[in-house]
Amino acid sequence: MSAAQHDSSANEPVDVTDGKLSRFEIVKEGLRRDGIEILHYEPAFPVPGTKVEKRIERFIAFCFVVAGLGALGFVAVFAFWPWEYEYAEFGGAGSMSKWYTPMLGLTLALGLGGLGIGILTWAKKLLPVEELVQERHDGGSNEEDRVITGAVVGNMVEETGIKRRPMLKRALLFGAAPLGLAAIAPLGTLIVPPGDDLVTTGFNPRNNDGQPVGLMLKDGTRVRPDMISVGGQITAFPAIPDGSTNKHADSPVLLIHLRDEDAKKARENAYEMYEGAQWNNYIAYSKICTHVGCPASLYEQQTNRLLCPCHQSQFLITDNAKPVFGPATRHLPQLPIDVDEDGFFYAVSDFLVPIGPAFWERG
Amino acid sequence: MKRRKFDAAALPGKVGGALDDRFKLASPARKLMTKVFPDHWSFLLGEIALFSFIVLLLTGTFLALFFEPSMVEVHYEGSYLPLRGIEMSKAYESTLNISFDIRGGLVIRQMHHWGALLFVAAILVHMGRTFFSGAFRKPRETNWVIGAILFILAFFEGLLGYSIPDDGLSGTGLRIIHGITESIPLIGSWAAHALFGGEFPGEVIITRFYILHVLLVPGIMLALIAVHVGLVFAQKHSQWPGPGRTENNVVGYRMFPNYAAKQGGFFMLVFAVIAFMGGLFQINPLWLFGPYEASVVSSGSQPDFYVMFLDGLVRLFPNWELSGFGFILPAVFWPAVIGMGVAFTVPLLYPFIERRFTKDRAHHNLLERPRDNPTRTAVGAMFASIWLITTVTGANDIIADKFNISLNAMTWGGRIGIVVIPVLTFYITKRICLGLQQHDREVLAHGIETGIMRRDPDGRFYEIHQPLTDEVDEHGHPKVLEYNGWTVPKKMNRVGALKPGLRGFFKPIEIPGDSTDQSSLDSKDTREEIEAGKK
Ligand code: FES
Repeated sequence: MSAAQHDSSANEPVDVTDGKLSRFEIVKEGLRRDGIEILHYEPAFPVPGTKVEKRIERFIAFCFVVAGLGALGFVAVFAFWPWEYEYAEFGGAGSMSKWYTPMLGLTLALGLGGLGIGILTWAKKLLPVEELVQERHDGGSNEEDRVITGAVVGNMVEETGIKRRPMLKRALLFGAAPLGLAAIAPLGTLIVPPGDDLVTTGFNPRNNDGQPVGLMLKDGTRVRPDMISVGGQITAFPAIPDGSTNKHADSPVLLIHLRDEDAKKARENAYEMYEGAQWNNYIAYSKICTHVGCPASLYEQQTNRLLCPCHQSQFLITDNAKPVFGPATRHLPQLPIDVDEDGFFYAVSDFLVPIGPAFWERG
Repeated sequence: MKRRKFDAAALPGKVGGALDDRFKLASPARKLMTKVFPDHWSFLLGEIALFSFIVLLLTGTFLALFFEPSMVEVHYEGSYLPLRGIEMSKAYESTLNISFDIRGGLVIRQMHHWGALLFVAAILVHMGRTFFSGAFRKPRETNWVIGAILFILAFFEGLLGYSIPDDGLSGTGLRIIHGITESIPLIGSWAAHALFGGEFPGEVIITRFYILHVLLVPGIMLALIAVHVGLVFAQKHSQWPGPGRTENNVVGYRMFPNYAAKQGGFFMLVFAVIAFMGGLFQINPLWLFGPYEASVVSSGSQPDFYVMFLDGLVRLFPNWELSGFGFILPAVFWPAVIGMGVAFTVPLLYPFIERRFTKDRAHHNLLERPRDNPTRTAVGAMFASIWLITTVTGANDIIADKFNISLNAMTWGGRIGIVVIPVLTFYITKRICLGLQQHDREVLAHGIETGIMRRDPDGRFYEIHQPLTDEVDEHGHPKVLEYNGWTVPKKMNRVGALKPGLRGFFKPIEIPGDSTDQSSLDSKDTREEIEAGKK
């Protein structure tokens, strides 16, 4: 590099304004001044007008024409193609509108792609073939510059006199730090105390004037035992206003009608707190997975396992819905249920343990 | 009145002069236009990310004109019959409207989604290129860190984006985000409540995610991208080794017209691919999922591919919950919070980690071929294998279903695999690198294997090698060449012995000779042996 530098500085600086230089010579002089050297430079087609060159030109022109047609097509499709969605059970045969989106994509792709390929071919095939080498100047500034800048910065600190004035230093700190706090304080508005949100659900009697809460279907129908066949299951919600909406996202339960022998097993295995929580052969578990909260709702009749589709935790229905496989650690809380004199299911109380995923202070 | 003549030819000069008078542009503009860029296909990967980002800004702006980030309940009355009359949030309703009732809305929505996938994929591949070629070394550590932050932002930007339509799938994602937030020790339940503005799902989360998705995160990304690209300019692009290339120069072609034209064309092409996919390949058909309901989830609900590693990690991690003193540290905290943290910070800090071991403080403008740094390449391959295992596990229920494998076996396979495979990958990759190095050195010393066997009078067979140099040492053997960090030709056609055979594939380009003229067949000098390397 040093040799090259030596060379170029030995060169007489060219006078670019004298009018005798060709344009390319001026370009070269500019490159030289910017530390760039041409290693290799030749026109793509030294002999102009050859067959190959003509062919490439035609190809590029073709690309641009395709691009133009594509873009016009896009506008035309956008404006004139029937686009109103028609729902048809059998695929909407004969309806043009179902081709609307594909046609838009296709025409736009043609428009953009034609332009892109045309420009790329132009750049690759018609522009002069060149290889240049440019010097790099990295590795920091020279020593003198560093010294000067260092002095300037040092001087600046000196001028403020912050070092000599400790009282101002401390006062400034006191003045500025609280401003930082003030800047983030508004975020405090976001804080909402969890209260007992995480440990109560829609089945809490307080949602029903202190009366036990019934079980209902999504459409509001109260649940009766005869609605579920043996081995079957339904999703039930607290029978309160908005009970089946996302306002009570913690509340859905899976109500299962167990077969006799399974019901017996479940009763025998029941944890102490769940004794009597079952009503005959019916058992209700929280649907909210104790792992991270997906609805665990794939019930496998054969094995009596409930599978959560999110991370495949599996819970054994006949044994307190305790996790038997996968990443979940704790059983699905059981909802103590009973049937009232009108024959409808109701929750004897809210869940006995918090439903859903674990959290720090759950204990 | 005399009309002033308009001289079109002088116009550019005049405009240039006027601009220069005001902004003193002549020198900086010239330097910019003649800046030399090195050329290699692998340097284009970052551009794919950049261009998809632009497409995302354009399509996203269109979507924002019609999307309503509100969780207010409405009855759907749009044209998609199966959902008519169903209660849903305004967010979901307006997304359905974009898909069915707004002219061209569906194609833009699908382009936005495909563009996002392409964006993250391009970032990942670009990071891989930068990693495996050692481009992150001094003086480019800052730009690596900025790039890694951009990846993290892209990850969350994507997550935010597919959470806001409030369909069945995105709601499930929100639920998981909620559960993971809850698992943070000490502040979990408070953090989750702050994020969702109360109990899950609450009424504000979509609105909050929306403003993060369209303003805050893309704003930061835009600024960082500007710095990222600006630094590439200021520091000049690194280059692969090769003839004439040193640590102190850049060999390539000029920014204008060559580089700019190629970039412009390439942008159009990336845009075209996204448009094509957006039009012809369906993605996220959220009308099939229905509005989000806390009690409903379908199996096979996978996140976008770049989140799947996290999902997989969560699936594989055992149910190790710590509890005591009335407090719980949920198991999901480890894979989801710590796992994600490690997955983001280790790559972010990699340049500094590597330097601790290599003690290498030199400037590096020449790239390294992956084989020339076996340890780094092996570390990278190990990372890739972990990513692959966890990503595949993120879909293990689908794989189990499609291939009729037991789901539990898939999970156990993943658990064992994630311990064993990375170690194996590290070892095997390192051996492969060393082997490739060895082969390079062999070819440099002995020449290219020609595939021509000779038999000595004493019956031994040996293969003729084509040396890569004419120079010989004092014994008359071809000189052993120095490895210069770049591809060593290993096939005869690389040194011009055979023409690449692609031309004339469909119709022969040779002109059949005159079959009556036997002289060409008998001519002695057309049947020469390869002389080189016969010593
Ligand atoms: S949420 Fe059920 S297994 Fe993870």
